[in-house]
Amino acid sequence: MTQYTIRRILYSIPVLIGILVVTFVIARSIPGDPCKAMLGEKATAEVCARFNKEQGLDQPIPVQFWIYMNDVLRGDFGESIRYSRPVTIILIERLPTTIELGLTALVISVLIGIPLGVISAVKRNSLIDVFTMLIANTGVSMPVYWLGLMLAYVFALLLLDTPLWLPPSGRLTAGVIPTPFYEVWGLSVVEETFRYHVLEFFANMYLLNSLITFQWEVLRDAVKHLILPSLALSTIPLSIIARMTRSSMLEVLRQDYIRTARAKGLREWLVILKHAFRNALLPISTIIGLQLGTLFAGAVLTETIFGLAGVGRMLFEAITARDFPIVQAFTVVIAIGYVLANLLVDLSYAFIDPRIKLD
Amino acid sequence: MVSELNDTKEKGKDYRSNSLFWVTLRSIVRQRSAIIGGSILIILVLVAIFAPVIAPYDPEEVLIGKEDIRKRADPCIHLLGCPEDEPQHILGVDGNVRDVFSRIIFGTRVSLFIGFSTVGFAIIVGTLLGAIGGYLGGWLDNVIMRVMDVLLAFPSLLLAIAIVTVLGRGLQNALLAIAIVSIPRYARVIRGSVLSIKEQEFVSASRALGGGHLHILFRRILPNAIPPLIVQGTLGIAAAILEAAALSFLGLGAQPPTPEWGTMLGSERNQVFTAPHLVFYPGLAIMITVLAFNLLGDGLRDAIDPRLKE
Repeated sequence: MTQYTIRRILYSIPVLIGILVVTFVIARSIPGDPCKAMLGEKATAEVCARFNKEQGLDQPIPVQFWIYMNDVLRGDFGESIRYSRPVTIILIERLPTTIELGLTALVISVLIGIPLGVISAVKRNSLIDVFTMLIANTGVSMPVYWLGLMLAYVFALLLLDTPLWLPPSGRLTAGVIPTPFYEVWGLSVVEETFRYHVLEFFANMYLLNSLITFQWEVLRDAVKHLILPSLALSTIPLSIIARMTRSSMLEVLRQDYIRTARAKGLREWLVILKHAFRNALLPISTIIGLQLGTLFAGAVLTETIFGLAGVGRMLFEAITARDFPIVQAFTVVIAIGYVLANLLVDLSYAFIDPRIKLD
Repeated sequence: MVSELNDTKEKGKDYRSNSLFWVTLRSIVRQRSAIIGGSILIILVLVAIFAPVIAPYDPEEVLIGKEDIRKRADPCIHLLGCPEDEPQHILGVDGNVRDVFSRIIFGTRVSLFIGFSTVGFAIIVGTLLGAIGGYLGGWLDNVIMRVMDVLLAFPSLLLAIAIVTVLGRGLQNALLAIAIVSIPRYARVIRGSVLSIKEQEFVSASRALGGGHLHILFRRILPNAIPPLIVQGTLGIAAAILEAAALSFLGLGAQPPTPEWGTMLGSERNQVFTAPHLVFYPGLAIMITVLAFNLLGDGLRDAIDPRLKE
């Protein structure tokens, strides 16, 4: 197992290097002179020469790539052109929003998608099956941003002044200010230190922060704000998971050992959950791992619609503003996150299916 | 004896109607989702072809001064009680006073074009890469597949956004970006098929008869690798239309005044509370089109995948 894990990690290294190469190439080929972008159109040739020398832009491309890789490995992504602040800090500030949104959406899609899939497989061709698959097929075909806008229209406008009203944008109502957990717990923190940024990172996940510090008002408000965006974001993964669960369960339910289990008089729910579902779980977990990409891509659109200051929206804004240190850093981080998530899924196979010996 | 001969004759007749083509066609027709998806698709193609006949207005025609109508007017249908003296716009009018219905009808052309052109391009390039890699093997295969792995490591929409940033906005570049991003899918499918087919006896036979590499690859192996590609391609068209619409929604794809559904949605998205019809109908059009391809693709897969045949 350890051996397999190490080898699997080693296998991901070429892909990770490839990701760095692709983002490097993309960032370098964005049209426009980085010096002029950074210092303004009026920068003279001399100033630009000095700037290029400082930034290492006068070096040959392979050397530049080497410098870039070294920086990235140390977690240094340079400074944002637009904000004149270290990209790593901006990333740490923005990530919690996206992680919170993405995880909530993933939890919703797993908690609803898997039971739906199991039920439709067990009650194959029944009304509930037809209905579920209709929903699932529509779900994968729906533009996320459209659903988001429509949800906002229904819940924020049509249901205005009803208990079902939900806010159409932002993470908290103006005026609701969460106290970071480190302040509640009386931890001493010096601003702008590494420790501060790490604590801030966790404090910025409002659900987590308000949950561990018992700030129920904040929690209620944060949840209310999170419902619409995470619902919109979860439709596609939910539909895909439901469909995969259904087809995987159908495959398993045809097996002889299911008939045996039934024949020996096991209760039906036991047959379905212990015998069938356990064995159907492998392809389902693979598909869940693959959904992370959908979630990241969906986050760009969902965050734009719901006015959330997350990684996705930041990345999009940075691309339109040609702020390429941010583009580079965010793309690298997202792609690496994607690769690592799929690595975890691969490794989890051994736990899900003991017959698989990873070596 | 005679009856036995008759039996063989009967079987001979059966044999013809049991050719692969007919078997496949019959099992496709048996798939409910393929029928529904295919029917919607036929309607969409007809709408695209006859768009100028169906649409009451020119999709880019600004109606200011031509009709007494305000910006973002609600839908007005005479049959449903809208006063006869008001001009009829069954899906309303957009922010630039253009007929939304006509724009959506013409948008069918753009979306179908997007779907077929990107997937066509991606299939050609992906097939070549996957077939060459799978057939020749060795280091070339390794290099090709590792590059594909790297491309797959990016969420496709993000990579497409990044590529459009480099190439510049616009429909053409968005199409190219989506096509590039979807190449790995087809390369993988084809490589997998080629790997298994090249070990089969008819390929060895062809080689023994003196067939060259090109002949074996393109005349013997590839035709047999097409079915999974058709399924993947149909589902790919759905994904491509959805992604292109997302790019246009973000302002990176088709530029106004092109009647593209994503662009229409994007440019009116801030009006969702005041004029929801401007957001609702283009999105519905995207959904129906994507749904048609998804249903058709699912149905084709169930029909072609022998594992699912009872």
